[in-house]
Amino acid sequence: MNLKTIRLIYQIFFFFSFFILIILATPFVWKEEDFSQVPYPTNFFLEISPLHSISTLLSTGIVYKNLILSLFVIILTLIFGRVFCGWICPFGTLHQFFSWIFHLKKESIKQNTYKKSYKIKYFILIFFLISAFLGLNLEGFLEPLSLMYRSISTSFLSILLSNFIKADYSHGWFLGIFFIFLIFLNFIFPRFWCRVLCPLGALLGLLSFSPLFKINKKEGCTSCNKCLKNCQGGDEPHKEHYQRECIVCLNCISPCPEKVLSYSFLGKITEKGKLDLSRRSLIFTIFGSLLIPSLIKSSAGRKKFLNYNMIRPPGALEESEFLKRCIKCGSCMKICPTNALHPAFSETTFEGIWTPVLIPKIGYCAQNCNLCSLVCPTGAIVPFTIEEKIAKPIRIGSAVIDPSRCLPYAYGTPCIVCEEMCPTSPKSIYFEEKEIDVRGEKKSIKLPKVDLKYCNGCGICENKCPIQSHPAIYVISAGETRQKENKILL
Amino acid sequence: MKKSFDRREFLKRFFKIGFASAFSSALFLYFHNKEKKDEKIFSFPDFRKNLKINPEMVILKGKDLKKIVETGFKSIGGIEKYFKKGETILLKPNMAWDRAPEQGANTNPYLISEVAKIFLKNGAKKVIIADVPCNEKNKVLERSGILREGRASGAEVLVPENSILVNFGGKTISKFEVGDIFLKADRIINMPVVKVHSLAGITCAMKNWYGILMGRRNRLHQDIYQSVVDLTGAVKSTLCIIDATRIMVSNGPTGGSLSDVVEKNLIVFTTDEVAGDTWATEILGKSTSSNVAISLAKAKGLGTDNYKEILKETIDLES
Repeated sequence: MNLKTIRLIYQIFFFFSFFILIILATPFVWKEEDFSQVPYPTNFFLEISPLHSISTLLSTGIVYKNLILSLFVIILTLIFGRVFCGWICPFGTLHQFFSWIFHLKKESIKQNTYKKSYKIKYFILIFFLISAFLGLNLEGFLEPLSLMYRSISTSFLSILLSNFIKADYSHGWFLGIFFIFLIFLNFIFPRFWCRVLCPLGALLGLLSFSPLFKINKKEGCTSCNKCLKNCQGGDEPHKEHYQRECIVCLNCISPCPEKVLSYSFLGKITEKGKLDLSRRSLIFTIFGSLLIPSLIKSSAGRKKFLNYNMIRPPGALEESEFLKRCIKCGSCMKICPTNALHPAFSETTFEGIWTPVLIPKIGYCAQNCNLCSLVCPTGAIVPFTIEEKIAKPIRIGSAVIDPSRCLPYAYGTPCIVCEEMCPTSPKSIYFEEKEIDVRGEKKSIKLPKVDLKYCNGCGICENKCPIQSHPAIYVISAGETRQKENKILL
Repeated sequence: MKKSFDRREFLKRFFKIGFASAFSSALFLYFHNKEKKDEKIFSFPDFRKNLKINPEMVILKGKDLKKIVETGFKSIGGIEKYFKKGETILLKPNMAWDRAPEQGANTNPYLISEVAKIFLKNGAKKVIIADVPCNEKNKVLERSGILREGRASGAEVLVPENSILVNFGGKTISKFEVGDIFLKADRIINMPVVKVHSLAGITCAMKNWYGILMGRRNRLHQDIYQSVVDLTGAVKSTLCIIDATRIMVSNGPTGGSLSDVVEKNLIVFTTDEVAGDTWATEILGKSTSSNVAISLAKAKGLGTDNYKEILKETIDLES
């Protein structure tokens, strides 16, 4: 068994374990009695991504909990080069598979030469890191593991396993189409995403400036280009060998007729093929990266522009802190047992796109549940226990009754479904009994009222309200625990 | 070079066009003004078929649920009176809320499992435990303990996925979506829990039938008394076993705090759900006259509002 076969086995193993871990992030496949613990490392792939840890380190100043695992990938890269991209990354495996399909019948040497466009990813990385430093964590949009976890769980899984995982996501279709678009980019040349766009690949590329193990070339190369035929990184081992583009696929070793290529320890240090981001474009990028996040923040991030009407999951940090940490991975949306969390789009400002919002009309926040806080890989949702959630209580908003369409208020019809459903004890919805006159007919009716002292904004009242299109009782984010400015009660 | 349009070519084209136009006309004419067929409307089977059931009631007190269930069945005429060997029994507990057993919002899972066991022991083909919950179904199944205890007893625990339209013929509910499983059993045993309910006053045997409905059943709150009576009149269960091991005295029907429930250790076997509700109203300390559903049900002839008329015996197993 040669190294290439071993690599393929690794890739297939990690690819399927990624899927299995997403499926295991469905609470009802667990055997456990209660859902207060996550028995599987469902976030493993999100937590080993160094871009998440470095970006959140820059934006918040700490490396959160399990993100320390990404150190392993950093050290691995320093020793072996970009093996993460070539051997582990499930998104890379997917691109490799589709590149293979798309280019089955084509001459591929030309497509695998080094191109200037490969530099784009470094500019993307610089942009993300500088904006993170300025307090705008945008890397989640394009970080491959985050992107894949989000796209798979919010769109494809709800189609493929619709009978098993009964969860659908608001505008999951868009995430799915974006994902398919990225796959189709492989028509241009193989592994287009990995070579041109991937910010994590850029980061690992910078880290693999001189790894201990690398592709070494002996004397005697005839520049036959045969090594390029299946080269995944497009790094030209026969010429200068662009070390940072090499993803250690090892496809170049066996095709070499002269047998001059080998993956071995140390070897000659090649100064050639080093990263040449021209000074001018680098300066432009840095200035752009300084300017654009500031521009985004000038309208979106400032407090007065904050969209106070979006309901965040319980335990979420105060909005600006939340946005600094949220990597838009979608693991909270995936694990939510009531399908209440959805990727935001129009609800929020630019930097908040695809962050989780709770839509009570689709699903309510179950009182005995803290799963979203347990899975959050960056601590944007602070872990809490169920006892804390009930005793404090952790509020995500407040219920508001609209008397203009509430059945008892507007039509004199008994209802108070909201009161029946309310899970707090004592109930935060109570009623006032009142004598009313409906067209001359006197009757007594129970009018629901909200007691903000107990209401935690779970939204089951909005979810179950018989007025379906515009619930007569709905949740607003005012009163949420996380934001001081948004509190109602003294 | 132009090809001449010969006879063969003409005939070929002629038939092609003719075939295409005939096909499209046939297709359009077939679907023209075709109305969708009405959904089939089902009605409940007679759950008391071939059984001789009189209005009876037995009240038991005690903590050993196994003994209570055995004594209760013996006292109310023997379990063989309520089903025939080889039949499918459906237990309809209150399994609506994401609450633990000690919070008393759902029927006691240990009582359900004892009832399932005794039916299986006496020759039932299958025991199904089913309800349509208000909260997220998987959380309810796990947290109520009914999934665990029900499966351990050998019964099948499920939440119906598909609904069928059923004719109720009531004043408020004429037709409504019902979980399909509720029409497939031979016998149906109502297993409510006693709780206060802010709109209906109390929720016990009659209100428990809400749990077979699917769709937007919340709308029925607009006429809650008449709708529970319509439901009770349409279903006509085989037997009703009321769980008053813990009764919810405040914050009903969800509760949430242990202070909302009071331990009573009472179980009632009755074949008259209206009498059962009357008893439940009394034990919750409310006046029977305040519960409009009871008087409506009595007027409809569904049962008696004086449970003492049919009370056979009160057995205290604790002493």
